[in-house]
Amino acid sequence: MSKNVIEMDNITKRFGSFTAVDDVTFHLRKGEIHALLGENGAGKTTLVNVLFGLYAHEGGTIRINDEFATLNNPNDANDYGIGMVHQHFMLVQNFTVLESIILGDEPAKGGILNMREARRKVIEISERYKLAIDPDAEISEITVGQQQRVEILKMLFRENEILIFDEPTAVLIPQEIDELMKIMRQLAEEGKSIIFITHKLNEIQQVADRVTILRKGKHVATRNVADTSADEMSELMVGRAVDLQVDKGHVVRGDIVFSCENITVKRELSEKNAVHDVSLEVRAGEIVSIAGVDGNGQSELVYALTGITPPNEGRIFLNGVDISKFSIRERTKAGMAHIPEDRQRYGLILDYTLANNLVLQTYYEPRFQNHGFMRSGNILEYADELIDRFDIRSSEGATSMGRALSGGNQQKTIVARELDRDADIIIAVQPVRGLDVGAIEYIHKQLMDQREKGKGVLLVSFELDEVMNLSDRILVMYEGEIVADLDPDQTDERELGLYMAGKKKEAVNV
Amino acid sequence: MSDQSDQSNNNFDKDGNKKPPQPGVSNNKVPEEELALTKSVGSKGLSSFFSSLMAILVGLVVGVIILMIANPSNAGQGLIAILRGGMTGSPTALGQSVATSIPIIMTGLSVAFAYKAGLFNIGASGQFMIGGVFAVYVAIKGTMIPDSILWLVCMLAAMVGGAIWGSVPGILKAYFKVNEVITSIMMNYIGMYTAKIIIERTIYDSRYARAQNVPLRAQIPTLGLNTRFPGTNLNISLLLCIVFCVIIFIISSRTVFGYELTAVGLNPDASRYAGINSKRTVIIAMMIAGAMSGLGAYMMYLGGTGVYMDTKEIVASQGFNGIPVALLAMNHPIGVFFTGLFIGHITIGGENLQLYGYSKEIIDMIIAVIIYCAAFSLILKQLLGRIIQGKFRINRQKPRGPAPQGPGRYMHPEETEVSS
Repeated sequence: MSKNVIEMDNITKRFGSFTAVDDVTFHLRKGEIHALLGENGAGKTTLVNVLFGLYAHEGGTIRINDEFATLNNPNDANDYGIGMVHQHFMLVQNFTVLESIILGDEPAKGGILNMREARRKVIEISERYKLAIDPDAEISEITVGQQQRVEILKMLFRENEILIFDEPTAVLIPQEIDELMKIMRQLAEEGKSIIFITHKLNEIQQVADRVTILRKGKHVATRNVADTSADEMSELMVGRAVDLQVDKGHVVRGDIVFSCENITVKRELSEKNAVHDVSLEVRAGEIVSIAGVDGNGQSELVYALTGITPPNEGRIFLNGVDISKFSIRERTKAGMAHIPEDRQRYGLILDYTLANNLVLQTYYEPRFQNHGFMRSGNILEYADELIDRFDIRSSEGATSMGRALSGGNQQKTIVARELDRDADIIIAVQPVRGLDVGAIEYIHKQLMDQREKGKGVLLVSFELDEVMNLSDRILVMYEGEIVADLDPDQTDERELGLYMAGKKKEAVNV
Repeated sequence: MSDQSDQSNNNFDKDGNKKPPQPGVSNNKVPEEELALTKSVGSKGLSSFFSSLMAILVGLVVGVIILMIANPSNAGQGLIAILRGGMTGSPTALGQSVATSIPIIMTGLSVAFAYKAGLFNIGASGQFMIGGVFAVYVAIKGTMIPDSILWLVCMLAAMVGGAIWGSVPGILKAYFKVNEVITSIMMNYIGMYTAKIIIERTIYDSRYARAQNVPLRAQIPTLGLNTRFPGTNLNISLLLCIVFCVIIFIISSRTVFGYELTAVGLNPDASRYAGINSKRTVIIAMMIAGAMSGLGAYMMYLGGTGVYMDTKEIVASQGFNGIPVALLAMNHPIGVFFTGLFIGHITIGGENLQLYGYSKEIIDMIIAVIIYCAAFSLILKQLLGRIIQGKFRINRQKPRGPAPQGPGRYMHPEETEVSS
């Protein structure tokens, strides 16, 4: 068996009183792809940040190539041959690909940059690893997938032997993910050792040799991928059996509850519209998804529909009533619920208590006010009921500050508030982003319940799994336009990916 | 070789080296206490109280240092004079101290209330002067108004004047997104000259170059307080102050409007998402704030204390002095009452400094230091918390050495959400 290149033994890292990584042992062998699996907050990123020199650990030892190592910053990590592709790329937008790759390790002679030598080396590496790239393109011009390649090339240029990929697939469309998997395999065959952080089981099965599972900062298990199953991994990760496949019962679709016609949102200082002539409709008992890569006009469309930023053109109907000119409050009263994309900016007032946040859309109703005075008794009672029903966990119940809640519980607060209003249309944007598997399962179930109750749900999501799992109908948005209207039973992620990348377009007549 | 075999939880690693000690105790204890301090609303108020107290102490220490530099021999007596303030045993001095406090309590209330809506009302001076001129005008010209209600009508006039002046920055902020700091400063000057013009054209007393005397019948009722405390000009304005502090407290913490106001102040985006009419909220908040400043002027000019509205081209200092009062009270309406009394108290103490050969401006320096400390105490509190929790990067340049223990050096954005 090949030898260990990294031995992290009994690593502990605390943030204040919170132990993010608790006595975790992690070994990486030469030439393997070792996946780190865990829910959000399980400590995966913290563990690799310790290895990368971003955090100092409080307990345990790190040995790299059998030598005790102390890493105080990323430069130390680089000296040990450790490179990392971060979740959010660290690239300078107006640099060329070549400049970006050599940045920080520029080949120079007597202080003068040797671009010719750099170019030769970059081209050689890109040919050797089949990472085709145009060295003279600007970062801002190339796709996200190509930017990731630049990050990989950067590590190879520095001759890093240990490569860390932190959730590399989160930003990619399915075709790009396949491509990345191939690249990773090839790198491993060339003798590079790879740490692959992810929470997607299928990717692990596709590419990894071994998997280490973390839960709540603790090491749960290390397995050979060949000897385990997706079910076992997810159970180890969550601590109980989960069923992410939502049971989509048959619901008779009713009348159109919500529709919009020819919505156009102009962009400032740009010829191109953020949203261009979008029409769609949602029926009762139907979940309609808007799929697409982030930044293709989904946010602007939602702002237009919910009234946060009224559209330049177009009309919106709710239960047959034209609500285009309605204020946000009037839309809310007419039966619109909105689970916003940015839960901390729009969804919550972080310095308000949980109770105050739960009545953010209803505080003016007679049950919560009497001649202009808040009925705090009723509000607390109502809050306690919602906290109980939606299982919102906090240290001090209804009087906890919004800021003190974890991300999942913040989202549950918003979901509880929006779904309890018995609205006819629920516009949910990325409702499970950044949440752990348990919370995802729960929120998806809530949305399915609304569907069964005969409500319309408009779901905007960048996650194909979510879209495929929940929807009755999938609309794909690309560059501000709806480019496809698909039935999830008659399409697959591959086809969706083509539409999302703008490579395919159908005539949509919604 | 197996990875699982290494996971026994012993205290030695493979080479027999003892593991670095777990710095659990020193590292954990303090943040927990910190957390406990800031946990509930009650203890949060308590920690605000203590940080204000700290600010006051630091201010006084600096004051003593200044006194020592200026004249070491009298420094002790100087400090006693400051601390004693108006409580020199004479009722006149006490009354003077209260009279100094009342206007700045009201302007402090004005600033604190606007701040709830996220607005920095630096225009309390303008609102103060217009409120004052409205009240004095009604007092002098309102001959047809019966005696019994004249004082109330004057009070309302002062509130209306202040509210009008406050509404202008409010409207500009709400509809044109003009920064309220700039507009309210401008309104101070416009207010000063407007007051001057109104006085000179209508109620001018050219002998003294000031507004005419406020007739006795228009003065704030005394309810016999001035005879009970002879030598003072006490009237019901101190009671009115308490009433308005309580009213503002109730508005901001118990009403629907207060809920909306605080929401707009804390998170304008989420307020918009919730359909709160932030334009209306901002304008009404500024009007109420203006009315409070106007009331301050009413209490000052109609209190029979021998202070008159003059036509000197000076922006009323009471408006600006409301800012430190509000800051020191951490914008709490009830707190404002006490910090206003305190600032008034030491201001009178500062005047008494002159008895010992010091200039009275020293007290302004002390107040300034207190305000700096109050403003910084929040930042300091956070900074200290971070250092203690080890989230602050300290040894960035430290070369490679023994494994770092204790405080970490880098805060990852993801890690800030750690809780429950």
